[in-house]
Amino acid sequence: MSAVAIRGLTKYFGTRLVLDRVDLDVAAHEVVCLIGASGSGKSTLLRCINRLVEADHGLISLGGLSITDPQFGRTGLQQRVGIVFQSYNLFPHLTVLDNLTLAPRKVQRISRAQADARAREVLALFAMDSFAASYPEQLSGGQQQRVAIARALMTDPDVLLLDEVTAALDPELVGEVLRIIHDLKARGLTMVIVTHEMGFARDVADRVCFLSQGRIVEEDSPARLFTTPEHPATQAFLARLIASGRV
Amino acid sequence: MAAPDPRFGATQRPGRTGVRPAPDGPPPPPRKRHFDWRAALAPGLVSSASIIVVFGGLYWLITSAEQWPRIKAQFFNIDHMIAAAPRVAQGFLTNLQVWLIALVCIGVWALVLAVVRSLRGPVFAPLRLIVVVYIDVFRGLPALLLVILFGFGIPALNIPGLPNSGLFWGGVAMVLCYSAYVAEIYRSGIDAVHEGQRAAARSLGLSEWDTLIYAILPQALRNVLPALMNIVVALQKDVALLSVIGVRDAVREAQIYTATTFNYSSLIVAALLFLLATIPMARLADWVNRRDRARRLQVSE
Repeated sequence: MSAVAIRGLTKYFGTRLVLDRVDLDVAAHEVVCLIGASGSGKSTLLRCINRLVEADHGLISLGGLSITDPQFGRTGLQQRVGIVFQSYNLFPHLTVLDNLTLAPRKVQRISRAQADARAREVLALFAMDSFAASYPEQLSGGQQQRVAIARALMTDPDVLLLDEVTAALDPELVGEVLRIIHDLKARGLTMVIVTHEMGFARDVADRVCFLSQGRIVEEDSPARLFTTPEHPATQAFLARLIASGRV
Repeated sequence: MAAPDPRFGATQRPGRTGVRPAPDGPPPPPRKRHFDWRAALAPGLVSSASIIVVFGGLYWLITSAEQWPRIKAQFFNIDHMIAAAPRVAQGFLTNLQVWLIALVCIGVWALVLAVVRSLRGPVFAPLRLIVVVYIDVFRGLPALLLVILFGFGIPALNIPGLPNSGLFWGGVAMVLCYSAYVAEIYRSGIDAVHEGQRAAARSLGLSEWDTLIYAILPQALRNVLPALMNIVVALQKDVALLSVIGVRDAVREAQIYTATTFNYSSLIVAALLFLLATIPMARLADWVNRRDRARRLQVSE
């Protein structure tokens, strides 16, 4: 059974077609990278998977549970899928520790002591445990993004969605975040990653999907897709990146 | 082409590449500048002189005016001021009480209004509509009209079970009126919180209500603190509106004194009391804002 199964997903923003009958399957423990030009619908696709954006047509099921059915609310969705944003979106008025424990305490009704203990464990994984009492604005961008990933993992999701998590970082801080994502892959976490870092996509992805104008026009192993792209749009996209020295 | 700047010397070589030799050491940090008396003397003298000339001139102009003795006797008569002070001060205590109670009521009621207005989802549509209408109506009416309407009107109905005091209903009018403004301030603060915060909270499974209470509102309140402090000061003066419905506040007491003595010095006493209360409030507001700004800009070393 697929961890994520998407069939015929269509989304309009007003009259603009953003996603056009997208089909996508992600196996358990698989890492899928979504690449494509700005405005190709990658981020919208990601946000549809945890229903921050409601699709207009189509089906999404997570581990066999259809989350696009009308009777499925948001309840329990956070235990199936977590998301990390480009701009971290940490709560600036809460400490690192409280950022991590807010959802477990309010949603899962775990006691503060239990939530704190679990949060410290997760922070230790990312070498952020010494910053538990800090506020987000006191941290570097890379540290904030590590905290954001830790926060998304607190609800123990089956699938982690990463939305251009290194795009807002200074170049020298990108590495520490990418290392964490490699670690998570080694731990067998299922991930769907939107990224502009082609080198990273090549390293971490089991499969790369190229989106153009709201459709997945080509998908394959990174080794094949990056060396011999077949679709003209993929070829043009990669040629542009190579020309600008980004690959 | 301009002549080369001699300060750049002979070491200025265009297109130099390769490893640069390490310099001997950086130049020393700039010395802390002490206050330079000699440099400050001339501008200091000029500004002092101009202050003396301008204010001295104004003082002379006012005190030498033909009408000044009459003005002084009418408005700044020390004997009348002292005689009026106890009752005006007594009235001012009423102002302060109404102010404090109204502040608490406005803070809470306006927050309820703002929260209801920012709830999303079709279920809350009727509640949202009620709040929008409420804000439109109470923001559109003069506070004075509401005070008179409530303060005279409702006690006149003599409805059993409801308080009959003009003070109470005048206070209610102030709360209803000010809440409309403050609700909009709260809402601007809520709207100013980045959409990503809501997305993060929702993606973590927080309900709409928990998102508002734990993620959005704390940031929103911090955003609007300066604007709220402004309202606190404004309300402090506007409590005086209650004097028109016979509440014996500072202004009313001063008026009563004036009515019997035909001397306006008592109103000056009331004015001084208001300033005595509002000016420290304004400084407090500045201080709160400065501290908040410093906290936002703090970077851990």
